[in-house]
Parts: sequence; structure tokens; C-alpha cells
Amino acid sequence: MPDGPIIRLQHVSKKFGEVVAVDDVSFDVARGETFAFLGPNGAGKTTTIRMLTTLTRPTSGTIAMDGLDPVTHPTDVRRKFGVVFQDPSLDQDLTAWENMEIHGVLYHVPRKEARERAKLLLELFELYERRDSLVKTFSGGMRRRLEIARGLLHTPTLLFLDEPTLGLDPQSRNQMWTHVKNLNKSEGVTVFLTTHYMDEAERVADRIAIIDHGKIVAIGSAAELKAQTKAESLEAAFLALTGHAIREEAVGSADRMRQMAAMWRRR
Amino acid sequence: MGVVYILWLREVKKYLRSRAQIIASLGSPLMYLFVLGFSLGPVFQRAGEGSYLQFMAPGIMAMTVLFTAMFSGIAMLWDRQFGFLKETLVAPVPRIWIMLGRTLGGATVASLQGTIIFLVTLIAGFRPQNWLLVPVAFLIIVMIAVVFAALATAIGSTLKEMQGFQMVMNFLVMPIFFLSGALYPLKGLPAALEVLTHADPLTYGIDGVRGVLIGASHFGVALDVGILTAVGAGFLMLGAWRFSKIDV
Repeated sequence: MPDGPIIRLQHVSKKFGEVVAVDDVSFDVARGETFAFLGPNGAGKTTTIRMLTTLTRPTSGTIAMDGLDPVTHPTDVRRKFGVVFQDPSLDQDLTAWENMEIHGVLYHVPRKEARERAKLLLELFELYERRDSLVKTFSGGMRRRLEIARGLLHTPTLLFLDEPTLGLDPQSRNQMWTHVKNLNKSEGVTVFLTTHYMDEAERVADRIAIIDHGKIVAIGSAAELKAQTKAESLEAAFLALTGHAIREEAVGSADRMRQMAAMWRRR
Repeated sequence: MGVVYILWLREVKKYLRSRAQIIASLGSPLMYLFVLGFSLGPVFQRAGEGSYLQFMAPGIMAMTVLFTAMFSGIAMLWDRQFGFLKETLVAPVPRIWIMLGRTLGGATVASLQGTIIFLVTLIAGFRPQNWLLVPVAFLIIVMIAVVFAALATAIGSTLKEMQGFQMVMNFLVMPIFFLSGALYPLKGLPAALEVLTHADPLTYGIDGVRGVLIGASHFGVALDVGILTAVGAGFLMLGAWRFSKIDV
């Protein structure tokens, strides 16, 4: 295994026209650590994840994922990570099992192993009984669980979880974090997560970075962040660092499409 | 190769599951076939061109293939919207495989729709000149399907919003259909129309099917197949290039 950080960002910026989503960000994520990336809505979290997962290119600066540049070696970089997106990415017209099956093939998991792991994970997230139902018949929470189960089907070196627990009940959240922690301990998977639940971040993360207006405003362990802001809780530290104002997110084309879809459905 | 297969299978499974869509998409070809076929039939006959049904049946098959194949481009916009596209784009496989799986899936679905229409034309009274050549006609149908499914992939990769596809339907797909000679013979056209029909790849597809099924080809089946192959290869490359540039 090569040395050095698994993720290294150096002066990375991403602009959409006039809007600077990510502004000169630099940080490292060490091998095997659980790293929480926190920030208010629209702070640049998802854009950063999209750059790290090869979905979009930085406007300037360099990214090294296990030493490889995602811009020049996208397929090699993709081999190293797994990702659970903030937005849904399931095929609703297929069954839960078929979604797992496609993922196994896309990630080159041997057939037999993929079946065993899919069964295990669907059981873990209590979806096995419903494996042959179409995803469009699932509730929001079930879809989220399926999404997570699918993201864990292959064992990546690095796992991105972008607000994975959004809309999950406490039982499922607990299941998920226990499983993720186990993966992290037993298989040395590096975990890069974002969440709005500060208690989660505090519970699972070794280190926390806080981003606001596209810039990193603080980085360190939960204890260090609390000490730095003289706050009682991580939540108070977060508010001290990012202020109390509520943010507005720019509406992207994907959101507009979703609105359109909602209209189509109603007809 | 497993990746191409599983994404192909996905398209086919989804098609076979959506019975309502299958029936709905047969609506307009049936209108053309029965309403135009039987209303223009007598005029066509009096003009000394023989049976209009025999003449237009290959055109209607090709039309169905064209519309269904282009629809796979819309499916890509749905996938972009509901996120599944992202799942495939972050997977550690070359994008060309993903593109091929999707495109061949779309082409297969289009060919299946074309086959259904072929059966319908038989019920309406269409008779191929030589039944042994029907498999050859099917191969040409598949080529038409690949050409337009690849074009649909290229367009689906480029467009970001649903509204754009309405434009594509009105300003690209409909002209491709109306300029293809699906409904009228290619000989004796006004010069401008002749140029346009000759620039339309579907023209050669329909001409090829006609040549094989009713023995009446304007360009010759060999030239038709050659042009379809070249255009298909071109569109596949265009689709692969556009697909590789997708930024979600």
C-alpha cells in the first residue's frame, strides 16, 4: 500500500460562472481515518464530493486521490472509492435486487460474492423480504437504506457518504453507523462523510473539517473544535464558526428537472 | 463485457415490464398504417404505383424504429434526473461500455417494436415478396435502430433538460421521418426535396427494407447497407464522445 494521504486537495477552486462554490480549499485525509466534512447548505460540500468522485472537474488547483489525479485518471480513481450520494441514484423501475446486481457488475464484484454480500446487506437493512419489489413502491426511508446497502456492496478503499442518514429513523441510522465503523476498523476503509447531524459527526469522525462559503474555516477533532471556540457541544462550535444566518441554495438544473418531473407525474 | 450486457438487459427488462408503454407507442404507427394506408391507397393505385399498403408498410416499420430509438434519449434524461446516470458514471468502467450497453439496449427495444409493427402490417394485408428474405429485412431494421439509438445517446448526453427534447422531436425527428420517403416514392421529387431526402439516413434504411421485402429499391440494397453502416459508425463515435463529456 502506498504511503501518503488518501485524499489531498491543494488550492482547489470550483466556479460556476460568477459563483465560487469552492474557494481555494486545501486539506488531506489520512488513510483509514473517518473524516467528517460539515457545513451549512450551499457551503460547497457536495461540489467538493463531486470533484473527488470524478463527476466534475475543478476550475483550478489539484486533487490527488491515492496519488492519482481524478481529471487525468478517472477510471483508476473510480476503482478506489464507493459513494452514497445525497440525491437518490437508484433505478426505480427495477427491483431492489436488480439494483444490487447491476452495482455488483459495475464494480466487478465476482458473481457469487456479490450475491452473498447483497443478501447480507439487504438483511442488515431489513430489505431482504422486499428484494423483488420495484424500488418505486418503496418509502423514502427504504430507498435510502437500499442506497446505503448498495454503496457497501463492494469494499472500496475509500467510502463517500454524502448526508447518508437524511430521512432515516434512529434505528436505521444506528445500524448504518455501526456497520460503517466496523468496515472502518476491520477492513481499514477510509470514510469521508457529510451530515447535518452534529451528534453523528462527533460519534463517528476522527477529524472534522468545517466549510463555509466555499472555504475551510476549521479543521481538527471534535474536542479541538470545541476547545478552539470554547463551546460546550459540537453544534455550538459549528454555529460559532459559521454564524446563525440561514443559507439559500442556488437552484441548479437538476433541481429544475426534478420539479418538471413532479409536474409530469401529476398529469 | 458484463457491464455492457447488464445495462443492455436493464433496458430490455424495463421495456418488457411497461406494457402500457408498448401499447401506447403502437398508436401512431397504426394511425398511419390504417388511415393513410387505406385513404391514399386508391390514388396511389390510379397513379400506377401498385399497392400503397405494400409500399408504405416498410416505411411505417422504420418510423416505429426511429421513434422508439429516439425515445431512448429521453430515457437518458430521466436517468439523469432520477440519479441512476450518476450511479453508472462513477463506476470504475470505461464510459464507452456504459454508452454501448445503453445504446444497444435502446436499439434492441426499437427493433422489437419494429417487429411488432411488422406483424401488424401482416394482419393489415402486407405480404413480403419472398419470405426467406424477412431475416435480412430484420437485419436492416436492427441497423436503423442502432443508427438512431446512437444519435439519441449523443443528444441525451448533451441536453440537460426535458424541454430541449421537445425541440429535438419537432425539428429533428419529425423531419427525419417526413424526408425519408416513408410515405412517398423518391422518384420525380422537386430538386430541393430530393437533396434533403438524400441527406436523410432513414431514407436508406427504408429503401433497404423495401428492396428486400417488396423488391423495389431506389438506390440498391448494397448502397443502403453501406450508408447505414457508415452513418451508424459515425453516430456511435459521436455518442461515445458526447457521453464521455457528461458532467452531472
